[in-house]
Parts: sequence; C-alpha cells; structure tokens
Amino acid sequence: MAGFKRKEGREMVEMNTSSLPDLIFTILFFFMMVTTMREVTLKVKFVVPQGTELTKLEKKSAVSFIYVGPPTDQLRAQMGSGTRIQLNDRYAEPREVMDFVASERKGMVNEGDQVISIKADQHTHMGYITDIKEVLRKSWALKINYSASRRN
Amino acid sequence: MAKKKKKMPGLNTSSTADISFMLLIFFLVTTSMDTDMGLSRRLPNPPDPDQEDAQVDIKSRNIMYVRLNSAGQLWIKDETFNDYVDISILRQRAKDFIKNEQNFSKWPEKHVKVIDHMGRCFVTDKHVISVQTARDTPYFAYFQVQNELVAAYSELRDEISKEKFGRLYESLDEDLKAAVRQYYPQNISEAEPKKYGVAQ
Repeated sequence: MAGFKRKEGREMVEMNTSSLPDLIFTILFFFMMVTTMREVTLKVKFVVPQGTELTKLEKKSAVSFIYVGPPTDQLRAQMGSGTRIQLNDRYAEPREVMDFVASERKGMVNEGDQVISIKADQHTHMGYITDIKEVLRKSWALKINYSASRRN
Repeated sequence: MAKKKKKMPGLNTSSTADISFMLLIFFLVTTSMDTDMGLSRRLPNPPDPDQEDAQVDIKSRNIMYVRLNSAGQLWIKDETFNDYVDISILRQRAKDFIKNEQNFSKWPEKHVKVIDHMGRCFVTDKHVISVQTARDTPYFAYFQVQNELVAAYSELRDEISKEKFGRLYESLDEDLKAAVRQYYPQNISEAEPKKYGVAQ
C-alpha cells in the first residue's frame, strides 16, 4: 500500500505564545491588588486566641501592629524564651509603645481612625498586655483590636 | 545597486513571559494574603492628672465582678452569686444580669429613659461589668471572657432590635443603631490587675 507517503519538509505548526506575557501580567496585577506587602520580619512567634465575635480589620493603612510572644526559634539562643514585645523590626519595652504610636500616627490622613492591633500569643501573661494597654491609653490610641482567628 | 528592501525583523518576545513569571513569583513570596480579624475594643480615656481620684460610687446591685486568677479560672460575683464557674455559662449569666427582665432587686436597677426612635424605655444602663485579671493570668482566658461578654451584648442588642424594628442590629441604619446602643450600652470596666498572692 502506498497510500500514505510522508510529505517531505512539512514542519510542526508552532503555537502562538505572544499573548502569554499579557496573561501572566494580568495574574501579576491581580496579586498586586489583593495582597499587602509584608512589612516586618517577625521576631516573635505567636498563636492568636480563637473567638467568635470577630470583625475584619478595615482600612489597612490605619492599622499598626504590636506583636507579643516568645522569640522565634532562631533567636531563642540569644534572646531566651521570655515574652517579648516587637515594634516594627525590633524588640521593645512597653514604654516605647508611646513613641511607636506617635510615629505611626504621623503619616496618617485621619488620626482618629488609628487602630492598634495587638497580635499576642495566647499563652502570654496578662501583665504584658495590661502594660501595653496602659501606655496606649496614655497616648490616646484608644481603638484597639485583639487579633484572633475564627473558632468553628 | 539598491538592494531589495529588507523586511524588518520582529523583536523576539519569547522571554517576556519568563520575566513576568519572575515578577509574579516575587510578589507571591513577599506578600501575605491573610485577612486580619480580631476583637475590636475601645479603651477608656486616660485619667485626668488634675483631677482627684474621684471614685464613682456604684450601687453594689449594679456591679457584676468577673475575675480571672493566675490559673485562668473564672470567678463571678454579684449580689446573688459568688463562685467559680465555667466560661460556658458566662454569656447567659451576663445576659440575665444586664437584662434584669423581672426587675429583680438584686440585679441592676431599671429606670425610665426616653430614647429616640424607641420612646420611653425601661433600661438598666447603670450596670457595670468589672473584669479583673492578675498579672499572670493567661491571655487566652482573658480573651475568652471578652469574647463572651461582647457576644452577650450583641445577642441582647439583636433581641431588642428584632423586638422594636424587626431586624437584626447589624442591618439597622446608623441612627437606629445608636438608639439600640443607648438601650444596651457596653459598660465593661477593667481595673488595674490585682496581684493575688504575690509578694509586693
């Protein structure tokens, strides 16, 4: 049978990939819109408590975070395992919260909207939290938010 | 001799996809998508240094003490009750206390108050729930107490909203919400932590 003779010189048709970059760019822009930049490297580890009466933090630009918990595993050798307070990129004392609040407030459009979110490990002793709250009161940062995850 | 006009070669764009992929991966790594949730509270105004320590006298029937010791155990005290309890009953007890449906003489006093959109109401807005913690109370115990108290208030507000306006509190307009907040104001006071059993 000589019915199918292979034609000579016929090349495979290449797929047109010229729209691929556009596609990827679209995904890229989507991610840039829905995500926020991670601003600080965490130096404490924490598991937030669970609750049911939670609200979402809106207006991300008006929110400042205070992290409370024991140092991360890498830092434990130097810093021990006691509870630490982290402001921006470093460990701090409760009294330094006042300066932190003031500096965070500087860039804000509406200072009254400022919210301080306390991300504290669930096994932290209340003493640390109370100290922070006292300083926050003194610096007139009265809207606070205890960071938590939803309990099912 | 003039050459035959050459065709302009197209720019090779096959690597654009790789470049944008790298950008994409960079953004995936450096960003976080978690939505932050939490329990929103408002701290009281700072104490006025010029003012003397004006201890407001509150009738003892109006106060419910909620204390947490260093082991995270919960203790409730009002005029009718004084014992350690489990966290699971706090919500109902707080609701009964705040509401005082029967106008019971050992629970918060009720008085007539005229509220916009609601008219004359019989409210217990002088009640106070006092939350006290020790310095070494675990944070999650305190958080659960706050959570239960907020839940008690929001359930009460939902009840009154349904009764007066036929809708849940969250779906009300801002001025109706304000009226409901006047009916059930959140009076949670947090005293300085006590140092139970700790040498001063």
